[in-house]
Amino acid sequence: MDFNLTEDRRMLQDSLNRYLGDKYPVDHRNKVAYALPCHDPAKWTEMAELGALFALAPEDAGGFGGTGFDIMVVFEALGRALNPEPLLGAAMASRLMTKLGADQEALLSGATKYAVAVGEVEAPYDLDAITCTATAKGDGHVLSGRKSAVYGGQVADVILVAAMLDGTPALFEVQASDAQIAGYPMMDGGGAAEVLLDDTPAKLLLADAADALTDALNAGIVALCAEAVGAMDVTHATTLDYLRTRKQFGVPIGKFQVLQHRAVDMLTEIEQSRSITIKAAAELDGPDASRFVSMAKNLIGRAARLVAEEAIQMHGGIAMTWEYPVSHYAKRLVMLDAQLGDTDYHLSRVMAGLKAA
Amino acid sequence: MDLSFSQEDIAFRDEVRSYLAENLPKRISDAVRTGAEQTKEMAEEWHAILNRKGWLATTWGVEFGGPGWTPVQKHIFEEECCRAYAPRIVPFGLNMLGPVLQAFGTKEQQDYYLPRILDGTDWWCQGYSEPGAGSDLASLKTRAVRDGDDYVINGQKTWTTLGQHANKIFCLCRTDPAAKQQEGISFILVDLDTPGIEMRPIRLIEGGHEVNEVFFTDVRVPVANLVGEENKGWTIAKFLLTHERTGIAGVGFSMQSLEEVKALARKIRRNGRPLIEDPLFAARIARAEIDLEAMKITNLRMLFKAQQQGAPGPETSILKIKGTVIHQELKDLARRALGPVAAPFPGSMTDGNIMFGPEGTANNAARYFNNRKTSIFGGSNEIQRNILTKTMLEL
Ligand SMILES: Cc1cc2nc3c(=O)[nH]c(=O)nc-3n(C[C@H](O)[C@H](O)[C@H](O)COP(=O)(O)OP(=O)(O)OC[C@H]3O[C@@H](n4cnc5c(N)ncnc54)[C@H](O)[C@@H]3O)c2cc1C
Repeated sequence: MDFNLTEDRRMLQDSLNRYLGDKYPVDHRNKVAYALPCHDPAKWTEMAELGALFALAPEDAGGFGGTGFDIMVVFEALGRALNPEPLLGAAMASRLMTKLGADQEALLSGATKYAVAVGEVEAPYDLDAITCTATAKGDGHVLSGRKSAVYGGQVADVILVAAMLDGTPALFEVQASDAQIAGYPMMDGGGAAEVLLDDTPAKLLLADAADALTDALNAGIVALCAEAVGAMDVTHATTLDYLRTRKQFGVPIGKFQVLQHRAVDMLTEIEQSRSITIKAAAELDGPDASRFVSMAKNLIGRAARLVAEEAIQMHGGIAMTWEYPVSHYAKRLVMLDAQLGDTDYHLSRVMAGLKAA
Repeated sequence: MDLSFSQEDIAFRDEVRSYLAENLPKRISDAVRTGAEQTKEMAEEWHAILNRKGWLATTWGVEFGGPGWTPVQKHIFEEECCRAYAPRIVPFGLNMLGPVLQAFGTKEQQDYYLPRILDGTDWWCQGYSEPGAGSDLASLKTRAVRDGDDYVINGQKTWTTLGQHANKIFCLCRTDPAAKQQEGISFILVDLDTPGIEMRPIRLIEGGHEVNEVFFTDVRVPVANLVGEENKGWTIAKFLLTHERTGIAGVGFSMQSLEEVKALARKIRRNGRPLIEDPLFAARIARAEIDLEAMKITNLRMLFKAQQQGAPGPETSILKIKGTVIHQELKDLARRALGPVAAPFPGSMTDGNIMFGPEGTANNAARYFNNRKTSIFGGSNEIQRNILTKTMLEL
């Protein structure tokens, strides 16, 4: 047993943490995160040069990572810095392209930005419930429907779209320039888009894509969980600093036992979150990936909300302000619950597993 | 035991209900319903409408223009206002300073200021908190030094709600630095046009501007603006705390939010069925409804007791704690129900042809975050627990 990161992963983590801390601090982040395109091209390229994208793919696909642990390391660093760049789409797209054996050099170098479009307004999480449809036309296909909350869709060059083909989810490639893309900054920073498809030309990549898409979504969920762990760590550390320095009634507020115990409860939940994320990352390529991924996303959803709300409450008014970084961490921690399946959705998947067993 | 309102109270409720139906402009209630920014003009318009009816200053004595309602009637009025999506009364002049002047002000102060509050000439804001004095308000440092017929004020106030609309501020200032903390504080009225005052906006978590910082540099204020006795301001602050307590449970707002969440869960479709048919989400709503049903009665019990005893007791802290938590939970559900559709930053979706959630839900995430404030201000929920520990548990 060994819970240490490999030397390579640790180095990647260190260099990402250092780069993001120096070059992408929260004030710059806030300038980028809340206005379209929610993307800083120069920084994106530098992050790619550091290996943030290459780490997402295995060696035989041109990368140097590709496992759940690699995804975890990258996204934990992104979470610590609250980074708004569109890496989630890249992580999921890379998974799909690895499965397809497609050339992903342009993705891993950062030259081409990818987004993955699965969720819809009335089917935000469930692959089986999507209604976007593909029809054969000429030698290719056309897609019709609306894809909702496509993360990174506001700057993507290429969108990998899940659409129903003869009653099963299939995977298509759509050039962003061929679709109608309505991008927007999100409440918690970073961008997404509504992708409107209306007989939009698309290249069929995989006809029976349910398993590949499930795997990509699982990888995305591991990424989100790790991002949450990184963001929770920083939120907790900032809260502790504040408890030590903020004085009321002549003492640091950290002297009040009621706050001490709640800070301990936050710590406990964060450690639990870290553990379940490690577990989900470890199982990502295994047969029960979906089950552990759902456990992780459910636990993270609960823990992240607790950490966000407690951090604000224990700071008092200051954490209600835009100026103070904890407010942005709190928004991210709460809002990421609704990405790729919320606590209830993932709880119901774990519950369904109980029946099956 | 009888949980029903009296015949008179029911008649009163019907009167309020039909009055609101006829007099509350739809333009204004729509803004309240959708969580759109409520402008200064809207607040002033609504205040003026209520003032014409004599229903604006519900906490004032009849001799000053109050309606002379019982606590139960006040409660009914607040609940009906919520039901109709009336704007919240801006409390600083009407529910805070008004009662203070009636209890502590001179005849001159009452004659001058009270009519101006009623007719909207003055918009007051509350200058209590400072960067270093939040929960520990008595540690405030803003100084008021007597100089002839003036006080000279230096210091900083913060979190000043809607100060950007105000022309006046009531402040707690330190007038005797040598005295014990609570004994050297005075309650002073300040005109915001006085030279030496600078107000700067504070942007809140969700992006909105509703609070400010106010800086005082050698601000000269006539001694006549002192309310009550010099160095007795803490008594007034404590008096105000009891007044801030009417409607502290926010039951009306929670009832409003519960109805919204239910309607939303019926309207939103998930994977081919209404969200309300998802047992996990339905359980969340049901739990909130159970808590709120109990809170309605807890609120009425305390109201009943206040009506019998003449004043609310320390147990009203229970209303603050549980009332804010229930309301925050409902705001969480209103955001949660939307799923990823709640994600767009409010106002960021410029393509008006693209619908997201059901109408009026674009601010649901913003409202959830903004409402985290309710367990922090007006005495944080931790401070309320300290009060209960001391007064009711006697630990
Ligand atoms: C949106 C908003 C609007 C506001 N509007 C106004 C206004 O118009 N006018 C005005 O004067 N003020 C206003 N306030 C200020 C508000 O009253 C203060 O935020 C509040 O008193 C808490 O003070 P603080 O923010 O400094 O937190 P602190 O007092 O620093 O508290 C930090 C944390 O420590 C906890 N804590 C403090 N003391 C204890 C203790 N003894 N035991 C256990 N826990 C403790 C608190 O509960 C909190 O969790 C507003 C605040 C907000 C957020």
